Amino acid sequence: MIDEIQKNLLREVADLDSLPVGAYNIRANGEKAARETTENIDIVTKEDKNGIDIIIKPFTKNESVHIPVIISESGLKEVVYNDFHIGEGANVVIIAGCGIHNCGTQSSEHSGIHSFYVGKNATVRYVEKHYGSGDGTGENIMNPTTEIYMEEGSHMEMETTQIKGINSTVRHTTAKLGAGATLIVKEKIMTHGTQLAETDFVVDLDGDGSSTNVISRSVAKDKSHQIFKSNIRGNASCHGHTECDAIIMDDATVAAIPEITANHIDASLIHEAAIGKIAGEQLIKLMTLGLDEKEAEEQIVSGFLK
Amino acid sequence: MLELRNISFSAETENGTTKDILKDISLTIDERFVAITGPNGGGKSTLAKVIAGIITPTSGQIILDGEDITGLSITERARRGVSFAFQQPVCFKGITVKDLITLASGRKIGVSEACQYLSEVGLCARDYINREVNASLSGGELKRIEIATVLARGTKLSLFDEPEAGIDLWSFNNLIKVFENMHEKKGGSILIISHQERILNIADKIVVIAGGELSRIGTKEEILPELLGKAGSVACPTLSEKVV
Repeated sequence: MIDEIQKNLLREVADLDSLPVGAYNIRANGEKAARETTENIDIVTKEDKNGIDIIIKPFTKNESVHIPVIISESGLKEVVYNDFHIGEGANVVIIAGCGIHNCGTQSSEHSGIHSFYVGKNATVRYVEKHYGSGDGTGENIMNPTTEIYMEEGSHMEMETTQIKGINSTVRHTTAKLGAGATLIVKEKIMTHGTQLAETDFVVDLDGDGSSTNVISRSVAKDKSHQIFKSNIRGNASCHGHTECDAIIMDDATVAAIPEITANHIDASLIHEAAIGKIAGEQLIKLMTLGLDEKEAEEQIVSGFLK
Repeated sequence: MLELRNISFSAETENGTTKDILKDISLTIDERFVAITGPNGGGKSTLAKVIAGIITPTSGQIILDGEDITGLSITERARRGVSFAFQQPVCFKGITVKDLITLASGRKIGVSEACQYLSEVGLCARDYINREVNASLSGGELKRIEIATVLARGTKLSLFDEPEAGIDLWSFNNLIKVFENMHEKKGGSILIISHQERILNIADKIVVIAGGELSRIGTKEEILPELLGKAGSVACPTLSEKVV
């Protein structure tokens, strides 16, 4: 059912060489290709629209859910709604990812709308990788939207990676944090050619003792364009930190627009943003180790995005 | 063997005038351990950068083992056996100590081999191998990692630009041992820019550069007494009197 191109996409977005252990749902070319549930994790197809509900029972420990999406059909456009219900005190890893292989002339487009309902004291690690390949002229487009609702004392880490092959992406992420909840976001982006990547984070720190750290590292090459926006609103006694660090190369352009809003006297918020080319001294140092300029650049970029 | 022939370098200053930083320096290095010393701003670091290819001299030639390397890039010189430890080690984002030592060695090396180089510079390897080469490391740690990269390269010419600069006294004592060991063990030539008597003391030859010129060259027996005497005499007389 899954061909070589799709296997390759799976490897890229989910590090999967075979079917994963635990619960999973693989969506290929707009259809359900494989699904497995466990005693604690149920996956249910939505009736009213495209997508699935992932229901994780309270106090589920050390389980994982893989929900990769792969598209190898040129011109496919889809909007998918995935809702994650993570029960109280659960501790799970969710691995999503989208790979598009487009060798046609039409644009392929996947818009994943993910909602997370993280229960009291639950811990979630959410990993999402985006990858595009194919030598057609059709564009690979991904527009992910993530909505996160965190109850008291919950903890979520979200790691998103987009290194290659996505022509255009606009990512919206919103989060609302209850008391003592923590959200950590680590974003890595590399764009090349004439690609566009825009990300926009809005985090509301609503509960006392809530905290967030939004970290973005990106590399913009060739004529690509990136926009990073973040807005952290401190609506209670809370800590917020946002950091955007971008390396700019060739004729690329990068805009960083960090915003912090304190609506409470005990809100403590920090933003940092830096954009610059690779430091000349870093290149020189690696060249004195015998690397040529291009090799040195590659090492610096891959280290930066590691 | 390294030979510098009539090396001059001038640079434009902020107000548009030209300043001669190196003036007609000719020097042959075939000893195991050569130290370059002299007052700050005298052109020592510039000379080291000229040898490594980071600065192109205005005139003159650099000959390495009979080959004129004046027109070669930093990379080409590195591949021919020139290593350079920076005075101020460069920080990176994401590149770990292990990555840097692996890159320096020019091949895939295991953790144990990378650790060996770190141990040689007095760092407890396990604590450092996976750390990023960034400002979370202290000045002394960065310096020693910098030296470890040169050890990992093991080339025929190793340049060190003030390895003792910015290092506290405790670290310095360890550092001296590193160079003493290197002097005993390592093949090839070591060229070290230093102000430290203990480093000058293990040099086979001392070169004094001042005001962009080669002012003295000789064995430590010839140079050291004069150098130390002079340093004493130029100290502020008032201070000397107070100390007495």
